[in-house]
Amino acid sequence: MREPIPDSALALSRALSRRELSAREAALACLSRMEAREDELHAFLTVTREEALAAADRVDSRRAAGEELPPLAGVPMAVKDNLCTRGVRTTCGSRMLEHFVSPYDATAVARLREAGCPLLGKTNLDEFAMGCDTGASAFGPTANPVDPARVPGGSSGGSAAAVAAREALFALGSDTGGSVRQPAALCGVVGLRPTYGRISRYGLTGFAPSFDQIGLLTRTVEDCAAVLEAVAGFDPRDATSARVFSEGVLRAVGEGVRGLTIALVRESEEEASPGVRRELLRAVRCLESRGARVDELSLPFLRDMLPAYHILAAAEASSNLARFDGVRYGFRAPEAVSWQELIRESRSRGFGPEVKRRILLGTLALTKERYDACYGRASRIRAATGAALREALARFDLLLLPASPETAWRRGEKRSPVALYRSDLFAVPASMAGLPAVSVPFGAEQGLPVGMQLVGRAFEEAALLRAARALEEENA
Amino acid sequence: MSTQYEMVIGLETHIELRTETKAFCSCAVTFGAEPNTHCCPVCTGMPGAIPVLNERAVEYAIKAGLLLHCRVSLWSRMDRKNYYYPDLPKAYQISQYDHPICTDGWLDIPSGEGMKRIRIERLHLEEDAGKLTHTEHGTLLDCNRCGVPLIEIVTKPDFRSADEVTAYLQELRERIRFAGLSDCKMNEGSLRCDVNLSLRPAGSDRLGERAELKNLNSFQFAARAIAFEAGRQAAVLDAGGTLFAETRGFDERTGETFSMRPKETQEDYRFFPEPDLPPIVLTEETVARWESELPEPPASRRARYREAFGLNRETAEALTVSREAADAFEEAAGLTRYPRQLATLLASDPARLSQGAIPVSAAHLAALADLAGEKTIGSGTARELLSLLWREDQDPREAVVRLGLGKLSDPAALRALAREVIAGNPRMAEEYRAGKTAVLQALIGQMMRRTQGRADPGLSREALLSLLSI
Repeated sequence: MREPIPDSALALSRALSRRELSAREAALACLSRMEAREDELHAFLTVTREEALAAADRVDSRRAAGEELPPLAGVPMAVKDNLCTRGVRTTCGSRMLEHFVSPYDATAVARLREAGCPLLGKTNLDEFAMGCDTGASAFGPTANPVDPARVPGGSSGGSAAAVAAREALFALGSDTGGSVRQPAALCGVVGLRPTYGRISRYGLTGFAPSFDQIGLLTRTVEDCAAVLEAVAGFDPRDATSARVFSEGVLRAVGEGVRGLTIALVRESEEEASPGVRRELLRAVRCLESRGARVDELSLPFLRDMLPAYHILAAAEASSNLARFDGVRYGFRAPEAVSWQELIRESRSRGFGPEVKRRILLGTLALTKERYDACYGRASRIRAATGAALREALARFDLLLLPASPETAWRRGEKRSPVALYRSDLFAVPASMAGLPAVSVPFGAEQGLPVGMQLVGRAFEEAALLRAARALEEENA
Repeated sequence: MSTQYEMVIGLETHIELRTETKAFCSCAVTFGAEPNTHCCPVCTGMPGAIPVLNERAVEYAIKAGLLLHCRVSLWSRMDRKNYYYPDLPKAYQISQYDHPICTDGWLDIPSGEGMKRIRIERLHLEEDAGKLTHTEHGTLLDCNRCGVPLIEIVTKPDFRSADEVTAYLQELRERIRFAGLSDCKMNEGSLRCDVNLSLRPAGSDRLGERAELKNLNSFQFAARAIAFEAGRQAAVLDAGGTLFAETRGFDERTGETFSMRPKETQEDYRFFPEPDLPPIVLTEETVARWESELPEPPASRRARYREAFGLNRETAEALTVSREAADAFEEAAGLTRYPRQLATLLASDPARLSQGAIPVSAAHLAALADLAGEKTIGSGTARELLSLLWREDQDPREAVVRLGLGKLSDPAALRALAREVIAGNPRMAEEYRAGKTAVLQALIGQMMRRTQGRADPGLSREALLSLLSI
């Protein structure tokens, strides 16, 4: 039996730099955990064993040569399979891209590779990140490591499960309307959606560019800060990436919550399950006891944001996914005789039902007849509610609400699409406004993890993680 | 009985901007390169690849707008125009819909006796698509052109004849080319023009059903397509038929237009704001700076040259064939005492002038003009020297000495040469003495020939006369 490795990325990093173990040993430990658990979990779509070991060996030999290494060097990672990885297939959980190998690395992946993080593999997701239980993957669902009979959430369910099962020390995910925070909550790990523009989207096969943001799934809040510092920062390849500093977040995490003003979102209390509500109120007491001021705040428009989000995200998706036409790469209907038939057949057979549903919805929302009533109206709701959220954040440092209204549900439970969408009710506000938000494990309901969510001001991830750290300490 | 019709035409012109790189990625803008050698994940629409707007494309689009007297929008944005076609890798074109970068311009064109103002509705920035080649084995896609920046210029329906259309296109092309914004080659597709044409009874102010004519690859074809289409529409109307809005192609071989698709089945492009790109926000200062960088337009330069140097129209036109040529002329003209000689000399080979950068320094051009103006060299020698300088820039004064090209003006030498010429042509000498003085020109010609044109014509004449009158 192999020696266990430290649980968190930073603890492993310290052990590696003290040479208590090698990067190769760390990677092997993760790979053997994957061997033990993957049959049951199916968190990964592709395992890159040889590549991970080669990367780990490079870190070890550089360390042996006395080189100064970045903090995360040798810490193995998993990457959601909608982030492009050079030389490793990127399927997006879709038949459409089952055999697609990207010619380039996403910027976030490239930065972590440069930081010396061995890539263990690519994690499962709802097809093109559209879903909230990873059940809409074309390659089969992922199980929740806490209770394999339950869903891990989604769409970054594979990444959340991999981190929860300690198959990887951390993982990259993507969060359009909650796809990092909700699975983090359901699997009991930390999930950060940084401010829109904080992490380059270049190489993220997003589906709604004005919402998409790469997110982080980690075991601890400090890990989250450390990974954020490694991947964030301006990228000339992403016109929406921000020219802001990303250093100093890790240093700030332990500063406590004294002096912070936090708003408890009243509507989230009403919409949450009894157990989640109980933990929400306990979180309030925890933050107050540590010196934060918590007031109640009503955001009556909260419920309007979900349908508006779905219209806008579907509209963007209908356009963003149009490039998958079978012409240049990806699934191509072999027997098509005309280009129209080629495109129609490739798309009809390459995409699964949830993706088709959203493409159809989004296409309708953009037609001349419906544009104003659908896309136009939803845009106006987005602008107004975003302004209201920012206004609330002028008075409060943070908003507090659960990451998900409920805990992980049973796999195979029949739910309508709309019932599934409701799972993102609390996650969508930060997405609509481009604000940073984190889900941190806090308590449980009938043994299933609950995730508490904090939403902060743009580019103030530090305040967010300070409060998350306080909740994490209480949870331990 | 046939009605008199008036044709009403509006134009949509697409111009490829001559930026170094594409609109949304750093691939080079090229023409005629090996297929698919100038493309990347962004312009081929790979998963996860996202656009970044080339600021130079914005600059060029706005400069074009300023040349057309447009109002510049300090806030504009890119939109997505969604449609499927195998040459469009993302299945949407990044374009501009309801917030174009320039609006409300005009261009004056010669029409009949005077000038006519064509109003410009809008000018917007967008990207080009790839190129499909149909072969017997299937259709091939070349992505080199994908993402090349384009401007689309839409006029009001202000044209009433094919001549006006041609005049507009000529004026537009000259301005855009002169400012270095595009090479505007219709045959290479860097200038493309769609014609919207309808007829109405003369005197009516109601617009008829229009046909949009596409694939017009030269000014001539545009004019021919307009003539054919106007005739076709008139024939339909005269026969009591009705026209419907449609898109029509032009067949270069037959000179006829043909129906491609009716307008009512045209697609809903589902425009919406491009979420990958922030809005384009400009300051007055930036726009003013770009405006100040625009060259003086060629028409005004021509007028100035003719006035200042007494040039004829052809010479002035040759000098303003490109900004490079005009700038080179102006700079050298400031350095020589003989700007008019310089102009004539440069304009003697208009084709060479139009080929972009002028490879001869202003100082050398000026020195050459001085040599010609001082009559150190003859005009033929001057032209030869200019060709030499074009191949290899050098000081023409040194070249004259080195190659022995200076004019022969030594009276003794010319007298000796004249004597030889007379001796070699005794019959001509007789004729001259008999009063047929016109043969003198032929004798001067002989002297020039024997000296490869270096003999000073005036002094040669004197030498011949002094010998013949003996």
